[in-house]
Amino acid sequence: MSSIPSGPRPKYLTVGRIGMYCFILVCALFFLMPLYVMVITSLKDMDEIRAANILNLPKELSFYSWPKAWSQACTGFVCEGLKPGFFNSIKITVPSVIVSVGLSAINGYALAFWRFKGAYFFFGLCMFGAFIPYQVMVYPLLKIEDALGIYSTLPGIILVHTIFGMPILTLIFRNFYVSLPIDLFKAARIDGGNFIKIFLYVIIPMSAPITIVAVILQVTGIWNDFLLGLVFAGRDNQPMTVQLNNIVQVDYGVAEYNVDMSATILTSLVPLFVYFISGRWFVRGIAAGAIKG
Amino acid sequence: MSMKNSVEVKNISFSYGKTEILNDLSLDIKEGEFMVLLGPSGCGKTTLLNCIAGLLDLTNGQIWIEDDNVTWKEPKDRHIGMVFQSYALYPSMTVEKNLSFGLRMMGTAKDLINEKIKKAANLLQINELLKRKPSQLSGGQRQRVAIGRALVRDAKVFLFDEPLSNLDAKLRAELRYEIKKLHRDLSNTMIYVTHDQIEAMTLADRISVMKDGLIQQLDTPKQIYNKPANLFVAGFIGSPSMNFLKAKFDISNRNIIVGKKQIDISKYENINNLMNDQEVVFGIRPENINIEKNEHSIQCKVELVEPMGADTLVWTSVEDNPISIRLEGSSNYNLNDEINISFDIKKSSIFDNKSEERI
Repeated sequence: MSSIPSGPRPKYLTVGRIGMYCFILVCALFFLMPLYVMVITSLKDMDEIRAANILNLPKELSFYSWPKAWSQACTGFVCEGLKPGFFNSIKITVPSVIVSVGLSAINGYALAFWRFKGAYFFFGLCMFGAFIPYQVMVYPLLKIEDALGIYSTLPGIILVHTIFGMPILTLIFRNFYVSLPIDLFKAARIDGGNFIKIFLYVIIPMSAPITIVAVILQVTGIWNDFLLGLVFAGRDNQPMTVQLNNIVQVDYGVAEYNVDMSATILTSLVPLFVYFISGRWFVRGIAAGAIKG
Repeated sequence: MSMKNSVEVKNISFSYGKTEILNDLSLDIKEGEFMVLLGPSGCGKTTLLNCIAGLLDLTNGQIWIEDDNVTWKEPKDRHIGMVFQSYALYPSMTVEKNLSFGLRMMGTAKDLINEKIKKAANLLQINELLKRKPSQLSGGQRQRVAIGRALVRDAKVFLFDEPLSNLDAKLRAELRYEIKKLHRDLSNTMIYVTHDQIEAMTLADRISVMKDGLIQQLDTPKQIYNKPANLFVAGFIGSPSMNFLKAKFDISNRNIIVGKKQIDISKYENINNLMNDQEVVFGIRPENINIEKNEHSIQCKVELVEPMGADTLVWTSVEDNPISIRLEGSSNYNLNDEINISFDIKKSSIFDNKSEERI
């Protein structure tokens, strides 16, 4: 081609670009592989699974593992499937997310705008808290909750999730609020806002993007939690992850891999769903916040 | 303007940790006065304004507004309205809600709120914008709304924190004019922070020129321009800035000596305060230099010509000191032209070289 350069530069498909697409494709296949195995295994019956062709598509579709995982599989001595665990997880996740995100937003707001004495120390404390592995605190917390009489109860596990979520969430909110123009806060103070009013009328309406981030973090974190649920929730409130473990870890009888796979997929549906719908909100929220002024 | 003080800043100090920003600063602002705090960035002018607003806690001293010691009062209880450089409009609220926010926080009756908004919107010509969000407004419109927000609160004192700095030159001139008109019509006390000397000169009743947390000069724009109190003020005010020549006073000839050149300063107002051999800095504004040949004129060469429309700036040098001369726009000089310049000594300023104070 021997044309005079004019207008937009023509785009060529270069070797580098083809290579990049190939790399992306391979990566995608690699990460999709486990999901593929899970889905097809859940659709096979046990005979076919025993034939051990793990990557083959099922010869005959069998859906019986799904309802079984949901409502009949045995978790320990009870055979009600994952259903009770699902509702337990919701009972734990919803209040924990609301309480931890709400408190952290207030904390972050106070740290960012009301520079009280010792704010830096508190900020440092949050940093410290965010990086301590929580296993270290499980036993002391257990003793504290026991003394308070809320060990093995719903409020007990909600409190634990709130405590462990708050340091990192406070940091996230604080950093977001610090990036907001301080003049807005000053204007609101002159306009007669106090601590609560400014938070409610000025700060919260601007917090959508960061709140979505915080909610995603908390929902997935709390839903996927196993250890804290096992230790603190008590027998009546066992979350879905704990029941999933009980289904998969059978000590007697036959391991039903198709049921295991269905149960695993069911358990991971909520975080998956959250990622899919919030991804769009996430982008939208950030774009809305990017407008100057 | 009455003689009563509207705002009194009494010996205030302010420091961030160990960095002292204001030290024992006092300033009285009269009722209805337009006071401009002018200075380079970091001079403490915005800090002073924030202290008056109550957005920063003083380390020392008192603030009085309308005969009321407000030192420990919340910003909302100080009868002030404030306009910020970044507009600081609440992004989630419409213009109307932005304007009414302060009144709603105070629990004002709805009818009264509507009435006040209408009045402010008329005054600022933002009627059409009331239902819009700040993101749908241009910079100039945003700043109008921000001014309106201060207006509806019936503030006794208006504080402006570099309100025009984010706008382009044309809008800036437009809004400057409107702020001046607003002050003429409302005659509230206004305190206005800026680093722009044109804004300061055009708007102020009095300017307080600040540097390093200290007030260098507090006077009318005219006085500050014509009789700058020290070298800093002389250099800061005026664009292009005042020309400076280092010189030595010769009492017998009533001359100052710049290198090999002599300048007759017998007409200088305070010549009697000069001592023989005193080291001085001779300052003269570009418009006070004339191109004419007489017994005192100095011969030099045109080194650069800057036509600016209304006037033309000719650059030359005297004993290696660059000198700018402001001439009529129609004047016609070319590079390397030989010119003879003379100074209008009555309008010059002479500073002591050491203390930098005007003599």
